[in-house]
Amino acid sequence: MKLLVLAIALLLIHAAPSRAQPLVADLSQHLVAITAGFTGADIVMFGATDGPGDVVVVVTGPPKPTIVRRKGRLAGIWVNRESMLFADAPTFYGVASSKPINEILSPQQLDRHQVGVDHIRLLPPNPEARRDDIPEFREALVRARQRDGLYASEPGKVTFLGERLFRARVVLPAKVTTGPYRVQVLLVREGQVVTVQTTPLLVSKIGFSADVFDFAHQESAFYGLIAILIAAAAGWTAAAAFRRI
Amino acid sequence: MHVYLPIAELSVNWFTLLVVGGGVGFLSGLFGVGGGFLMTPLLIFLGVPAPVAVGTGAAQILASSVSGVLAHWRRQNVDVQMGVALTVGGFAGSALGIWIFTLLRQAGQVDLVIRLCFVIFLGGVGGLMLFESVRSWFRQASVGVRKRKLHEHHWLHGLPLKLRFRRSKLYISALLPLTVGFAIGILTAIMGVGGGFILVPAMIYILGMPTQMVVGTSLFQTLFVAANVTILQSVTNQTVDVMLALMLIVGGVVGAQLGTRFGARLRGEQLRILLALLVLGVGLKLFFDLVTTPDDFYSLAPEGQG
Repeated sequence: MKLLVLAIALLLIHAAPSRAQPLVADLSQHLVAITAGFTGADIVMFGATDGPGDVVVVVTGPPKPTIVRRKGRLAGIWVNRESMLFADAPTFYGVASSKPINEILSPQQLDRHQVGVDHIRLLPPNPEARRDDIPEFREALVRARQRDGLYASEPGKVTFLGERLFRARVVLPAKVTTGPYRVQVLLVREGQVVTVQTTPLLVSKIGFSADVFDFAHQESAFYGLIAILIAAAAGWTAAAAFRRI
Repeated sequence: MHVYLPIAELSVNWFTLLVVGGGVGFLSGLFGVGGGFLMTPLLIFLGVPAPVAVGTGAAQILASSVSGVLAHWRRQNVDVQMGVALTVGGFAGSALGIWIFTLLRQAGQVDLVIRLCFVIFLGGVGGLMLFESVRSWFRQASVGVRKRKLHEHHWLHGLPLKLRFRRSKLYISALLPLTVGFAIGILTAIMGVGGGFILVPAMIYILGMPTQMVVGTSLFQTLFVAANVTILQSVTNQTVDVMLALMLIVGGVVGAQLGTRFGARLRGEQLRILLALLVLGVGLKLFFDLVTTPDDFYSLAPEGQG
């Protein structure tokens, strides 16, 4: 694997017109197939730069509106009280860098390029709904996603092989949302983002899982009927089998 | 070994699912309850989204009740007449229940109401059953074998439309099982469970049915309610995961058979004490979840859910 990556990376360097492109990068795979045995996936990002510099890799899952609810105590019982809607909360966020991100980019730059979990743009959809308790709700959202392994708790490592070749690993947990992902590679020099390369990554259900999902959504009455028949048949079979024992 | 669940959209160890299904199935066969009140919280604990847990639970309950009913049928422990009356009442009740559920959802407090319902009913039913069965246990132990009446007679037996339920050796008004079924139907729709844990004691204490007959007949009613819920959930919410259901069913049907056999060796009072303890235990657990300070005050939900 390592050798293959290296070989492809070397090819990329030579294929690239000299000095025209400061950054060339690609993924080990552009499709993550969720099959019946899916337990998560390892994506390898590899590439080359045209000279010294730092590399940051950011992987963002399809954004979805998400409600964060806060519990409060009411007559001794914990119930949901306040809530806040976040318009485009990424369902996955992974980051890897060759040096700690705070050392290579200023907070403004981190915000601008949404590098690091503290710098993801998370806001309620309409400005009038922006209360002053946004930070607490935002933090809660990040915390909950980190618990599920969907947001990076610790930034990953971008490893340089020599001065120009680099590779990074991003782990997608089993719980990932399906849809189009965005992989961004940033080349940083002297605190400035020199160039950004964006690569798409598709996470999709394939084969049996996909068929079941589509069937359940398109022919739901028929699906329900089949579910009943399967369940009843299984019960019948068990009863018949145990009768003979 | 993990298996990816296409509707729940997560991957779970299949062995865990077999064990969960088997354990709940065993209790289901033993007590004649569908086991939904155990299955739903267990699945949520495994990380299955709550709507999928409720929808898939129904399919699993269906399988284990078919298996259980057949086992009881051979022992002639199913009162079909009574079961039909309960089911007819149950369908009407669940229609009303679904309407109440929609109202609660609009008010945004459906989750809290479900939990409170569980705590109140599990706690109440469990406590009453434990009290009654322990009392009758001690009475029997001290007085020895005593000829008892089949059941007590009270005002409920004065209602019109009397019918003879031969299997249960009862001559009571048809309104009684219809009303009991109706009330259970409402709760079934709101709480997303088969209702066996309420139905079983209601059949013993309100209808006065013999304990042996109660379990098979309760499973008979549960079968139809679960089939109804499976269809409704598939059509309205697409939350029935057949992969998950299959795993649970394979464990569940085997467990239900073992449970039925094991139950045949226990006395009625022993069975009731054990069921009471189980029901009380789950009720207490849910109660503590409501009153103890949560680890995280915040929770996430996709927009448009809950």
